[in-house]
Amino acid sequence: MSGPERCPVTDWQTDFDHTAPEYAADAPAIWQELRETCPVAHSDRFGGTWLPTRHEDISAIAHDTEHFTSRGVIVSVLEPQVPAPVGYAPPISSDPPFHQIARGLLLPAFAPKAIRPLEAPTRAFCSQLIDQILVDLPTSGVVDVAEQYAQHIPVRVIAHMLGVPAEDGDRFRDFIHRILEMAGQNDEPVAAEDTMLHYISAQIEKRRGEPTDDLIGFLLQAEIDGVPLTDDHVGGTIALILLAGIDTTWSAIGASIWYLAQHPEECARLVAQPELMPFAVEEMLRAFAPVTMARKVSQDVELGGKQLHEGDWVLLPFPSANRDPEFFENPNEVILDREKNRHAAFGLGIHRCLGSNLARMELTVALEEWLARVPEFELADPEAVLWSTGQVRGPRKLPIRILDPGTSATTKGAR
Amino acid sequence: MKISFNRDACQGHNRCYLLAPELFDVDDEGYAVLLVTGDVPEQLHAKAQLAVDNCPEYAITLTEENPPA
Repeated sequence: MSGPERCPVTDWQTDFDHTAPEYAADAPAIWQELRETCPVAHSDRFGGTWLPTRHEDISAIAHDTEHFTSRGVIVSVLEPQVPAPVGYAPPISSDPPFHQIARGLLLPAFAPKAIRPLEAPTRAFCSQLIDQILVDLPTSGVVDVAEQYAQHIPVRVIAHMLGVPAEDGDRFRDFIHRILEMAGQNDEPVAAEDTMLHYISAQIEKRRGEPTDDLIGFLLQAEIDGVPLTDDHVGGTIALILLAGIDTTWSAIGASIWYLAQHPEECARLVAQPELMPFAVEEMLRAFAPVTMARKVSQDVELGGKQLHEGDWVLLPFPSANRDPEFFENPNEVILDREKNRHAAFGLGIHRCLGSNLARMELTVALEEWLARVPEFELADPEAVLWSTGQVRGPRKLPIRILDPGTSATTKGAR
Repeated sequence: MKISFNRDACQGHNRCYLLAPELFDVDDEGYAVLLVTGDVPEQLHAKAQLAVDNCPEYAITLTEENPPA
């Protein structure tokens, strides 16, 4: 699949393109340069887009729902069609006061105590994936851990929560590619029955006659002030959960394994000191936060000396906030036991990632299971690592070499 | 050492609940609930500091008590 002709970026301060492959490959270095030279960059692309890079500015925007609307959260040449305060995928696309109502419906399902029962099945699934990887391992010991491990974990968990077949994972990844990775750049026609809208409508129809106890069933029975949710609200929320819970977590798991593959001493430390894991997970989330959100300017406002106009897009690169030396000591260093870590990987303000507890559990379990079985591994070919483009950044190709797979295989079932 | 928690600032990141479950619980929506009033027991000072230092929304504050005159 090829996108439209793209003008190469010659100046990141005035013409950045967050969908360019060179941005995906080297985003932290680009953010650092901008933070030092032009902390609120602008580009005419996508109809006019701003890129703040300092924690202070990103935090200010995330907390300011008066000048910035969530009506659009994926920067695109296409204008978001559903107006505030509901938007196309509530509650991520919603503004106050509707946002709090739509979010309140979903919060209990994603609270820590509701997530806890999902840990054991997630652990069992990770273990099965590793079994398969070790059984299929070629003599070279090389496996693509993004494709054969990381990507499958969130698909399974989200499918379980929504009550849709995990076997539809390839379709979900196809939706994600078209809607998020190629947002507004892809004019190839899609057959009606292959669209996400069609998939979701079919899932809703299936439940009309027989209520289910999954999240889709819950949304169909939910009410706001005694009135059932509109079909658009239900469909938009299902789309949100399907899209937002998969490539994000896939990215965080992949990026963490990418880092560990290059730091065997840190792997050994985590294996020897499992009590470090909660800190290590937050540090991975800080250093390799996958998600850049976006807003539209709803009222003219000044930011970092720049005048932002109504209708402009603003990217919220939380990963850049997480690398700001004004906010974090040694931000480019991964410190697994970092004790002061107010990272913004799950956003700031009222739109804090709804699935943060789920993502944290998945990342923790995925790393624990991996290290228990495969404590020694390295990048097979650093040049072959491919980072996704768009607003969710993580490795989509990540070939690693498992060292001493014989030992790894025999530890099977030890836990 | 006294601890206070601003429920209006909390966005449910749950970092305090993970780091200091002796001091924080979470409600059904995932917002923090402070379990102690006022003084933090001495053996929990380090955990209270961790909760403060990892709250992205600055919803938790610690204040040293005035030394006796």
